[in-house]
Amino acid sequence: MGHERVAVVGIGQTKHEATRGDVSVAGLLREAAQRALADAEMTWTDVDAVVIGKAPDFFEGVMMPELFLADALGCTGKPMFRVHTAGSVGGSTAIVASQLISAGIHERVLTVAFEKQSESEAMWALSLPIPFTPPLHAGAGGYFAPHIRSYIRRAKAPDHIGMLVALKDRQNGLKNPYAHLHEHDISFDSIKESMMLWDPIRYAETCPSSDGACALVLGSEKVADEAKAQGRTPAWVQGTAMRSEPTLSAERDTVLPLGGALCAADVYRQAGITNPRKDVDAVEMYVPFSWFEPMWLENLGFAEPGEGWKMTEAGATAMDGDLPVNMSGGVLCTNPIGASGMLRFAEAAMQVRGTAGEHQIDGVRKAVGHAYGGGSQFFAMWVVGTEKP
Amino acid sequence: MPEIQLPASLRDVEPVRSVRTPAQLDYTFTAGDATSRFLRGITQKKIIGQQATPQSKVYVPPRGADPELGAATPIEVEVAQVGTVTSFCVVNLQFYGSGMEIPYTSALILLDGADLSIMHLIQEIPADQVRIGMRVEAVWRDDADIEPTLESIKWFRPTGEPDDVNVRIPGEKRGTGLGSWVGGVAPTELVVRNPRTGVGGTEADGGEG
Repeated sequence: MGHERVAVVGIGQTKHEATRGDVSVAGLLREAAQRALADAEMTWTDVDAVVIGKAPDFFEGVMMPELFLADALGCTGKPMFRVHTAGSVGGSTAIVASQLISAGIHERVLTVAFEKQSESEAMWALSLPIPFTPPLHAGAGGYFAPHIRSYIRRAKAPDHIGMLVALKDRQNGLKNPYAHLHEHDISFDSIKESMMLWDPIRYAETCPSSDGACALVLGSEKVADEAKAQGRTPAWVQGTAMRSEPTLSAERDTVLPLGGALCAADVYRQAGITNPRKDVDAVEMYVPFSWFEPMWLENLGFAEPGEGWKMTEAGATAMDGDLPVNMSGGVLCTNPIGASGMLRFAEAAMQVRGTAGEHQIDGVRKAVGHAYGGGSQFFAMWVVGTEKP
Repeated sequence: MPEIQLPASLRDVEPVRSVRTPAQLDYTFTAGDATSRFLRGITQKKIIGQQATPQSKVYVPPRGADPELGAATPIEVEVAQVGTVTSFCVVNLQFYGSGMEIPYTSALILLDGADLSIMHLIQEIPADQVRIGMRVEAVWRDDADIEPTLESIKWFRPTGEPDDVNVRIPGEKRGTGLGSWVGGVAPTELVVRNPRTGVGGTEADGGEG
């Protein structure tokens, strides 16, 4: 991190749906960005720079969409960047935006991340044939299912844990008016009876395909102090970290990647967190398939090896548990892929600002936002809090 | 906006909100030196991995470099055509662009003598009987149909040998994982042995422990 303090002073997101046929890609982004600007009591002209993020261009079939989005996002005459780190991009986009302020370059940065999955087919885009290789790839689920199976075996976890995560997140999502899925009739049995898509991943333990965008307005210390003086609580960025690792290394743990743990350790050190389970009040982590909750609980230092699933089973990660996880309903309720990481970061900031509405946890002072991408090889995290770092 | 007058025949038609425009991309793929050498082996029905040094990891299929060492992999090592299933997935989902008949079982298979699993198809056993630790062997196409592609191996099938119940993926060798926090303490880069300096890792890896 640079030397200047940074805070989240505006948050906006779209209503997420399977198909937002009422708006173009540009319209989708403007919906989120205008809400974030309104929340920050700013207009387009107040913004110094814009940082955009999305997942692979094949997900809409539009190459370099940031170029045609420049005018719609008020970038004319201003610096504009596009970030891409696969599924973790929403998180790394927010981090790049924060660095423009922490480096002392800008005062007010708008950052927007999106995906409009209805305009193409991500499953196809993730399964393009690799030359000289059998065409076995079956989207993200096909890639992650063997690694989930490895976790279940390694941690000796019972089969129902994944279903408990799906039930909790879908129920949390009912409290979030922006969430894509509002499954009022969801039950443990309905999850258990849903189709096994990529054994051991069931349909109801899988994220949906969503259209949606998320936007944040980040401000310098001066901007955030002014917001606070006017009664709008800033969420101070207390730490940011990113890590990458090679996909095909013989010495890579695909279940609990070293890069994920190093990313967490780095961001906790910056934020003064010595005992993650005790010091963190709420977590939004990237859980596109239910089993990733216990896996990330272990990878992010909230649980000992093989104990993550026990936290889930005991209800520790529920809204009324000692470490609420995915209060918004998480990726399991809403997955506009490029925006999914930023939605995690945004929810952490909403919890700190006390603006999460029905899914607000009382008294959140420190919250973690987490995203991962690729074959569990890109990681982005931030810690936001009520106190200046 | 000016009002648009539609001809009578179109007045009751639902407005068009999107249009489907299939995209196609034709390209020439250059396999590169390492992959070319590997595929030439496949045409001889041999599976030839590559390594950077006689002590370093054997990569199958080789990508031309060892990501741990950051070094090219000039040494060729023929590996076995039998191996162990380290994990697998049963795919029940049909999707656009896939030519596979469902359900099918794709498995990560660690060939004897290799240090990285390859993904391939498992056949000649019901999907619900596939197991982690199961021993499998390559089944090749007919000789006349052998081409420089891993698809020349039709699939893997059980050998009938006893399962390797101790099979572990890299991180799991430690009983926890490379990215596990033990006793509330974060791991460091030292959990992986640095092959250049020998620092880090466990004694089992040849490191200092």
